[in-house]
Amino acid sequence: MCWFGARWRVCVSKQGVGWCVAEFAKPMPLFGVFMACVTSSERMGAMKLIWFAALCGIFSTAAQAFDTSMAERTRACTYCHGEQGKAGPDGYYPRLAGKPAGYLFNQLQNFQQGRRQYDLMARLIEPLPDAYLRDMAQYFSSLKVPYPAPALSTASVPAALLARGRALTLEGDAARGVPACVSCHGAQLTGVMPNVPGLLGLPLDYLNGQLGAWQSGQRRAHAPDCMAQVVKRLNADDLMAVAQYLARQPLPADTSPVSLSVLRASWTERPASAQRVTQASWTCGSAPLQGAQP
Amino acid sequence: MKRVLAVILAVCVALAAWVVWDNYADGVDTRDEAAAELARGQTSAATDATHTVSDRVAQGAYLARAGNCVSCHTVAGQAPYAGGRALDTPFGKVYASNLTPDVDTGLGTWNAQHFWRALHHGRSKDGRLLAPVFPYNHTSLVTRADADALFAYFQSLAPVANVVPAHTLRWPLGTQAAFAVWRSMYFKPAQFTADAQQSPAWNRGAYLVQGLGHCAACHSPRDNLGASGDLDDLSGGLMPGANWYAPSLLSAQETQLATTPLTDIVRLLQTGSAPKAWVNGPMAEVVQNGTQHLTEADLQAMATYLQARAQVALREPTEQDAPPPVRKVSLRSAQNGAVIYKDQCAQCHGDQGQGQSVVLANGTRGMAYPPLAGNRAVVMPQISNLVQNLTYGGFSPVTHAQPQPFGMPPFVLTLSDRDMADVLTHIRQQWGNTGSTVTEFDVGRVRVLQVH
Repeated sequence: MCWFGARWRVCVSKQGVGWCVAEFAKPMPLFGVFMACVTSSERMGAMKLIWFAALCGIFSTAAQAFDTSMAERTRACTYCHGEQGKAGPDGYYPRLAGKPAGYLFNQLQNFQQGRRQYDLMARLIEPLPDAYLRDMAQYFSSLKVPYPAPALSTASVPAALLARGRALTLEGDAARGVPACVSCHGAQLTGVMPNVPGLLGLPLDYLNGQLGAWQSGQRRAHAPDCMAQVVKRLNADDLMAVAQYLARQPLPADTSPVSLSVLRASWTERPASAQRVTQASWTCGSAPLQGAQP
Repeated sequence: MKRVLAVILAVCVALAAWVVWDNYADGVDTRDEAAAELARGQTSAATDATHTVSDRVAQGAYLARAGNCVSCHTVAGQAPYAGGRALDTPFGKVYASNLTPDVDTGLGTWNAQHFWRALHHGRSKDGRLLAPVFPYNHTSLVTRADADALFAYFQSLAPVANVVPAHTLRWPLGTQAAFAVWRSMYFKPAQFTADAQQSPAWNRGAYLVQGLGHCAACHSPRDNLGASGDLDDLSGGLMPGANWYAPSLLSAQETQLATTPLTDIVRLLQTGSAPKAWVNGPMAEVVQNGTQHLTEADLQAMATYLQARAQVALREPTEQDAPPPVRKVSLRSAQNGAVIYKDQCAQCHGDQGQGQSVVLANGTRGMAYPPLAGNRAVVMPQISNLVQNLTYGGFSPVTHAQPQPFGMPPFVLTLSDRDMADVLTHIRQQWGNTGSTVTEFDVGRVRVLQVH
């Protein structure tokens, strides 16, 4: 058995005690040359010495194996977006974990191609090809990390505002041709595979920021840009109401995005008044998740 | 008095006439008949050499990689080579042209003569002088055969209608007259002449480095009028606007090519990392879009040439820059730097600045995170690249060997200029590194130069 120190290792076995000195603390097979292996046991022969050397080598390699998973490769992302993409320390670094992969990939492209504006994000991923961006999107999408419960209480805003937000979310506004959020984002608002994001568990600041950006044209999507058309039919108060409402909703037990067939089935269960405007009347653009390009 | 005025006027007229002659008398016959005749001649020659059209297109595609044409002539997310990317210069924005064969917005109506004249003389189809942001001082060296192959390749692309915006250079710098004067000062069409004293590899390398590779466009200093050094000037330079420093390829302190094994230089251009070197910033783009696609033989040739140049430079007596004044590091700064390093950097770069190696897709060993101990880029007097890396982070180039590179996050929101200075001083003076102290003022001086 071996113990590992910062710059040395100690190994013990029935034959005696040996200590091995490695040049570097961190695994660097390139430079981490095994320097020496010395034993205190006088009875230990040359073969045993070699055994120790081999053992230490194996143990140190095993302990030092460098993690080459996507978690390690995406550290540049999780530094701001939080460990496992759970969301950053403030409201502006949204959650990545568990969002639909197509949605995440589309956002990466949107940053690259100027349809979303955030300089640090755009610079960071500017040179990365679609194949790698897709892999990143798939990785974060596959992470099933529980959402935190909403921190805001319903008592902290006027009831009328929340009622307005609730109406727009669940029923839309047929008079203005505005569909309900649930008609595209799923009955539970957990998103739809592969391209539609869930709307729950997001900080109020982020929701406000995004809805405002859609309305001002700062945030766009691939054409046809259905979300922009919807948001531009709403006024600032509507957006505020929807954001305040969404930020306060508890999360369902299953927060994973639903399939398109489940979404379609949900349309028939909704009140007749809301059925007039459904997703069926909208087409939304997005980049294909599966490799169109090499 | 009148006589003096007359003399001045005469000199001005003579100068103007010379500038006009200098710029417009290139003697290239761009009539379609001339091009057709040329094409006929080439077709027969090509058939003789069992060179098919597809070979020529493939050769052109390869040369386009060698010149990294795609980086400037493509807008992210749009068709490659369709142009429209804005290139920031200290004089305004220049938009790269559409190289696809679209009739209205691209090279659809061009013939091989037009294209040759653009590459060799820096003039457009209609005879206009091209903005020298296009490095035609370098492409001027490209042989006629290579220019024709490039043209065949661009003509083989699907035409993309993309109207390129007009340049927004400050008046009068964007005028043809200004271009003409600038060209008379700095540009002369050139031809590559092989040096018989040198090996074929050296000459091939020189052709690629000085010609399509246009290495000196970044690796040489630019003057106040935006002109880079000579075609073979590789003495390093700060890229205006981009604010990255392209290190001297001749200097032992900055790149040490004179004593670096050729295989390591090749490896750097292929994978973006080598045992003692690392590319980032604009050079990562060059490796990703350009050099990683070149043949081993061409990379060897470039490495041979670069190394030979560095060895010659090593023998020449150079003016040593005065060593930077030794500034004492305050205890507070030293502690702050050490703490930041431990908290923010050591996880990837190692507590001894040793970096992290990784097995690449091709089975060789490369670096996931570069070592900081003994890294020349860390101790270079020029700190621009360190500040850029720390401010914006970034990923290593995506290459065949490393399709999913590791990355560094931006630290601009978590570290102040002072923090950056302290941690940079820390990595420049730990583990045997002997870089100069960085102050908050130094960091600010780099960041203020950032154009966008």
